[in-house]
Amino acid sequence: MRKAEILIIGAGPAGLGAAIEAAKLGAKVVLLDENEKAGGQLFKQIHKFFGSKQHYAGVRGFQIGEDLLKEASDLGVEVLLDARAVGMMDDGTVAVLHKEELIQIAAKKIVLATGARENAISFPGWTLPGVMTAGAAQTFSNVHGTLVGKNILMVGTGNVGLIVSYQLMQAGANVKGLVEVIPRVSGYGVHAGKIKRAGVPIWTSHTVIEARGKDRVEEAVIAQVDEKFQPIAGTERVIKVDTILLAVGLTPKVELAKMAGCALTVEPTLGGHLPYHNDEMRSTNANIYVCGDIAGVEEANTALDEGRLAGLSAARELGYGDDSVEEKKMELNAGLCALRMGTFGEKRLECKERIMKEWSW
Amino acid sequence: MSNSLIEKGYIEVEDVRNDSNYPSEERFKTGAVAIIECLQEIPCNPCKDACPYGAIVLEGLTIRPQLIEDKCIGCGLCIAKCPGQAIFVVDKSKEEGSVTFPYEYLPLPEKGMSVTAVNRAGEPVCEARVTKVVDSKKMNKTRLVTIAVPVELVDEVRFMKRVEAGE
Ligand SMILES: Cc1cc2nc3c(=O)[nH]c(=O)nc-3n(C[C@H](O)[C@H](O)[C@H](O)COP(=O)(O)OP(=O)(O)OC[C@H]3O[C@@H](n4cnc5c(N)ncnc54)[C@H](O)[C@@H]3O)c2cc1C
Ligand code: SF4
Ligand code: SF4
Repeated sequence: MRKAEILIIGAGPAGLGAAIEAAKLGAKVVLLDENEKAGGQLFKQIHKFFGSKQHYAGVRGFQIGEDLLKEASDLGVEVLLDARAVGMMDDGTVAVLHKEELIQIAAKKIVLATGARENAISFPGWTLPGVMTAGAAQTFSNVHGTLVGKNILMVGTGNVGLIVSYQLMQAGANVKGLVEVIPRVSGYGVHAGKIKRAGVPIWTSHTVIEARGKDRVEEAVIAQVDEKFQPIAGTERVIKVDTILLAVGLTPKVELAKMAGCALTVEPTLGGHLPYHNDEMRSTNANIYVCGDIAGVEEANTALDEGRLAGLSAARELGYGDDSVEEKKMELNAGLCALRMGTFGEKRLECKERIMKEWSW
Repeated sequence: MSNSLIEKGYIEVEDVRNDSNYPSEERFKTGAVAIIECLQEIPCNPCKDACPYGAIVLEGLTIRPQLIEDKCIGCGLCIAKCPGQAIFVVDKSKEEGSVTFPYEYLPLPEKGMSVTAVNRAGEPVCEARVTKVVDSKKMNKTRLVTIAVPVELVDEVRFMKRVEAGE
């Protein structure tokens, strides 16, 4: 059996942040990810990121991932790729499927940084080839260099829908339009502005009601919706597309947390069910920390800082570092607070405060 | 501000003119200047550090950036650093106006090319001529394209119809 002092599951910005801080304090860290590349969501993000300079703003996502991975390796973090955690045992061991071999890793502290999965919606024809999530299309385009289609309808105008639309246009696809069920664009205005300028229609208060085609999508039917989000008869419109992409939100991947007995709460603003945690990112299981999108779907900058907090807390619990760690944690918490300000952040701050208030173990 | 940005996804020209970041008439007369069209409070701030002349102030993270028009020389360095592509440089001081915007599509336009200038909604406004294409390594693949348009249309024009492959 392999041993680690701190085992981190998921090598996105949250997991990488945790690994870096824990290793800096001297802990023996193992970081694993099911993919063949570390970086989580970052390695398919070719756009320049938001946030402050400390959060690599203005740098392209995949470059941030590469920088963080290098920092972690330089600090002696053991990185296992193609390694999926499949089970959490009562004694704290984790079952991992590593390159088709089942191995066990025993750890004193475990950090869950598994991220979130994309939601789907169903409508007649939704199982036709050509209907897929926006994230899947993004992986095809930005990681494998293949366009999933030529003419695209995007469902959803959150930042993911807006950004993926823009990236597919850069890759040469024709985005025929975006539908959004609520009466407003839900992502940042600046992201919407880029695709509007390029002449792409955004239909608010609209949804997709059907995908039609023989062997794959040949057209999409969209319709306007009423206040109850029900399609209004007579407003149907047929759009010639070969691909319908769904960007309708993300849900935290909580399976491992559940297996480990971490208590869950529900916060729709943050993606649904998620583990309770305190301001050290500790779950209701004393040895398990959660950070990043699993602890509430937000952004890469918040994920990175939550990860740093989790890494510091776990290492400090094991006796590494000194009192200065507390100061660093306070700084990180203040930074997180700053990231959750403004029109878009306030609601998330409210949810986070509620989760932390209700946390206990 | 009108609801255009949240309901339609783009800013109306009137909202830009009424915004505190819209340069004064006197400043327009002296030459090229940046217009920061970042109207929502979002967690972002690279524009501040991008300006070597200290012409962009932004306190905190979710506060909106403010342009100090007298410090801005219209160099365009901030354009490529803004992940929201929300900064433009315009010149209304000469007989012919110009608009500089970020361009991240391929193929690139070339100097001298005739193109169709479009507004924030992507609708055609007028014919225009590409006068400059800047592609510097420092800008990490965001190119700056400048097009010449009639002065009275400078506030409307924010982009151009994309160049089709094989054109
Ligand atoms: C299209 C798009 C654009 C975005 N743009 C921005 C932006 O401009 N700015 C910004 O700040 N944020 C942006 N984000 C959000 C940001 O990418 C995420 O919030 C961030 O990546 C979350 O980090 P994370 O580490 O929690 O999760 P992830 O990045 O999702 O990483 C989790 C990792 O864990 C792995 N994993 C999961 N389960 C297991 C398991 N059982 N065993 C092993 N490994 C596992 C996953 O495969 C993944 O690699 C964007 C997201 C998307 C989808
Ligand atoms: S155009 Fe140049 S001087 Fe003006 S704000 Fe931008 S970087 Fe600063
Ligand atoms: S960099 Fe761009 S999007 Fe970010 S705050 Fe500055 S102007 Fe706004």
